[in-house]
Amino acid sequence: MEDIDKKAAIARQFIGAIPHSRALEMRVDAVHSGRAELSLPYNERFVGDPESGVLHGGVVTALLDTAMGTAVVSHPQSTGGTATIDLRIDYMRSAIKGQRLRAEAECYRVTRSVAFVRATAFDEGDEPVAAAAGAFTVEGAKP
Amino acid sequence: MKKPEPVQVIKKRRDAALADLVGGIPYIGFLGVTFERRGDELTSTLPYGEHLVGNPILPALHGGAVGAFLEIAAQVELGWQTYWPQFEAGATGPKLIPKTIDFTVDYLRSGLPRDAYARAVVNRSGRRFASVHVEAWQDNRNKLFAQATGHFLMPQIEG
Repeated sequence: MEDIDKKAAIARQFIGAIPHSRALEMRVDAVHSGRAELSLPYNERFVGDPESGVLHGGVVTALLDTAMGTAVVSHPQSTGGTATIDLRIDYMRSAIKGQRLRAEAECYRVTRSVAFVRATAFDEGDEPVAAAAGAFTVEGAKP
Repeated sequence: MKKPEPVQVIKKRRDAALADLVGGIPYIGFLGVTFERRGDELTSTLPYGEHLVGNPILPALHGGAVGAFLEIAAQVELGWQTYWPQFEAGATGPKLIPKTIDFTVDYLRSGLPRDAYARAVVNRSGRRFASVHVEAWQDNRNKLFAQATGHFLMPQIEG
């Protein structure tokens, strides 16, 4: 248990030290052994379509990628940092203007070198905004 | 025979059309992405900024910032190609940027703390859907640090 809490603390620290995540005002809402929930506030500076005022897909990508990376480093088998190898995002709909964007990520498999992760993004509703699947590096592992 | 347009007139019109297409998008401004035009060919630049860093120890660009940059480069290229005939005809007014359906990024190398460049190719654009491939590099054009393929919904052009 202590070990898991330590991992969560490391994960929070990990996000707090990332300038891009700070610039997007990302917040860690929950971290627990291979699972992470992150969110960010609506901001007019991050709008992708000025007519509708919805956030740009790139913001969704950044939040999903960070949530997925956090899920990897919080996994019991993870040994250090991580980097994205490949990331696929499906955009189902636009996030509603003015609402927080939230991402839930799950690292469902870790091998010696690769972590496999899936994630879903939501606004304040229950219908998903986007879904992601990715492969991440497992750092510090012996090849 | 009709006299060809003076070069300054053509350049001015095309530059204005490009500024029109990308100028109103706040997120492009937040990331700092700029566009350079040679005829109808576009190169996108992501100037290095501390706010783009994802790993401060290395340091390396954030995967999300890189992904967003590639998505913007692909989207703007598609919008640019789609509206080119209208731009050439002198049509002005707001243009809709294509909506992303899906986007797959291949992170080949870690993004160094310096400027990044991207060029996109529209491999197919139909009435409703388009498929766009984009490549990004930093110091060497032949050493890509990321590439991506995305599918987009075509903006519904009036007329």
